[in-house]
Amino acid sequence: MFLPRVVKRQEPLQWGSFFIFAAALVVSLGVSCALLAVHGKPPLKALAVLWSGGFGGPFALEDTLLKSIPIFLCSLGVAVSFRMQVWNIGAEGQFALGAVGATWAVLAFPGLPMWAMMPVMFLCAAVAGGLWAAVPAVLRLRFGMNEIISTLMFNYIGILFLQFLVYGAWKDPASFGFPMTPIFPKAAIIGPISPATLGRVHWGLAVCAGVAVLLAVFLKRTRLGFELLAGGENPRAARYARMPYNLLVLLVMSLCGALAGFAGCIETSATVNRLQPSIMVGYGYTAIVVAWLSRLRVSSIACFAFLLAGLRVGVEHLQLDLQVPAAFGGILEGMILLSVLAGQFFDRYRFTLKGRS
Amino acid sequence: MDMDTALLLSILAATVQSGTPILYATLGEMFTERSGVLNLGVEGMMIVGAFTAFLATHLTGNPWAGVLAAGLCGGGLSLLHGVVCLVFQGNQVVSGLALTILGLGLADFLGTPYVGITTTGFQAFAVPVLADIPVLGTIFFRHDALVYLSYLLPPLFWLFMARTRAGLALRAAGEHPAAASAAGLSPVRIRWCGIFTGGFLAGLGGAYLSLAYTHLWTNNMTSGRGWIAVALVIFAFWRPGRAVFGAYLFGGVMALQLRLQAMGANLPSSLMLMLPYALTVLVLLASSARGGGRAAPAALGVNIEPEE
Repeated sequence: MFLPRVVKRQEPLQWGSFFIFAAALVVSLGVSCALLAVHGKPPLKALAVLWSGGFGGPFALEDTLLKSIPIFLCSLGVAVSFRMQVWNIGAEGQFALGAVGATWAVLAFPGLPMWAMMPVMFLCAAVAGGLWAAVPAVLRLRFGMNEIISTLMFNYIGILFLQFLVYGAWKDPASFGFPMTPIFPKAAIIGPISPATLGRVHWGLAVCAGVAVLLAVFLKRTRLGFELLAGGENPRAARYARMPYNLLVLLVMSLCGALAGFAGCIETSATVNRLQPSIMVGYGYTAIVVAWLSRLRVSSIACFAFLLAGLRVGVEHLQLDLQVPAAFGGILEGMILLSVLAGQFFDRYRFTLKGRS
Repeated sequence: MDMDTALLLSILAATVQSGTPILYATLGEMFTERSGVLNLGVEGMMIVGAFTAFLATHLTGNPWAGVLAAGLCGGGLSLLHGVVCLVFQGNQVVSGLALTILGLGLADFLGTPYVGITTTGFQAFAVPVLADIPVLGTIFFRHDALVYLSYLLPPLFWLFMARTRAGLALRAAGEHPAAASAAGLSPVRIRWCGIFTGGFLAGLGGAYLSLAYTHLWTNNMTSGRGWIAVALVIFAFWRPGRAVFGAYLFGGVMALQLRLQAMGANLPSSLMLMLPYALTVLVLLASSARGGGRAAPAALGVNIEPEE
């Protein structure tokens, strides 16, 4: 009689996404801190480190902002393809190919001046990442092959391809056997915008802003963009309305690949100034979490990319200060995503204790 | 027996060993999917199984305790997927991905202090009589207990699905939950069972990696086998017999890859490591081109809306 009953809401919960995310964050932090206690680490101190490491102070915010650049770019593409119900989880591999493409440009044309080098680098990164994403798209459209598995396998293959290059043909002879290319020439390094006022924040941030504006204009102001947003809601209806569904799928996958490629290019050029395997730290997977948290809305992605980047930076500080394993970040991200997925139920339904009327 | 035959037989025997963890995970995911739930968290459940199997064996000294722990923890993790998808109507694709992220994080986090420690685990023993069969005996009957256990699973799976009422109910929940509901069954309850069984078997697959394939714990020891299992379910058209074939196909490639590396083949290791993943794409392409996706349970991945 007093069993709770599920009732459908007439209208979605007001401020739903905010409340749900807040609740999910509390649950996830609670569970993760309990695990820390199991590991014999002080949970409250860990929370403090997590906060101050990621968000407390200008240096922490700078770190977080830098990390949110690749996450933001990857997440934009993931969100757009998820909206089309194309489950492209290959941003990680597309990121790797972007880094490879950019590095190829630098190694092939080392003497270019900066004004030519930058466009060539970004173009090669976008083409490499885009093609890496286009192959699973074609396989899906032509043969009905499940894109979840193909994009995931392409992640493994792409990362191994990057390793193949830096352990082999592209290895710097002067690196004492370390797997890395020679350091890039000055013209191929994305520099800080203004070291005096913005510290290490580099021009990659401007690339993000440019991409976001272009994407927003494309989605809101062009016919293809409109079809892209509408087509995802109902692929059959989209076909019926004579929208070029296959072209749209190919387009969003390649777009996602190109954006992830940009991210790979920026990480290689601005952060490590060379290609090395350590650039692969899972931004492509964090991007999936961000895309879903922002409910596939392009405008919210920036906020959530910043938040999750902050958590990543915080976890790095936990590693240094309290010797917490880096995998703690995975637990946090997994828990947040699971609890948000569960919480979104309350957007559409509510519980009631009243009996049937 | 000359050298070449001996080498070939040893590679085929290693094929069975490398294929066994994939076989467990594939059958588990197939069971879950037959109940209508897509759980992409296999990789996560497998690695949690591998770690808990190692830990329980390390603590008790009994590898069977490890196997039980792996099954229960793999199954326990899969219940999170159940909570999200069966209770809260969450997206099954994204929830499975989250489960993989969480599982990999959990195993790595809890396992860090144990990396590289060895444990007792399972030892190979020859099955009396059967092991003396020429060729087949060497390939199939000189392994450990978990391999022998895996031989029983595909026939049991088939019998359960094709010949029992419970199997029929499970298939009904995967094909047409509304009809199952109308027939007085509870598809949601059936799906809980499907999810847990799949997680349990994925956990056993993980246990094989840390207790039999190797006798130690290292981070990331599943290295994509869970995802290969997800692909093999499609390749196998949701049928256990083809799953055996698929799992041993991958076992063969992994065994060959190890053998080539041991013989010092002049190929970079990163290219060798690509083999199983490239093969996954090819195998899936072959079955998709033959219209494999149409064999999927009709309600796969579709949540059951709560009744008001």
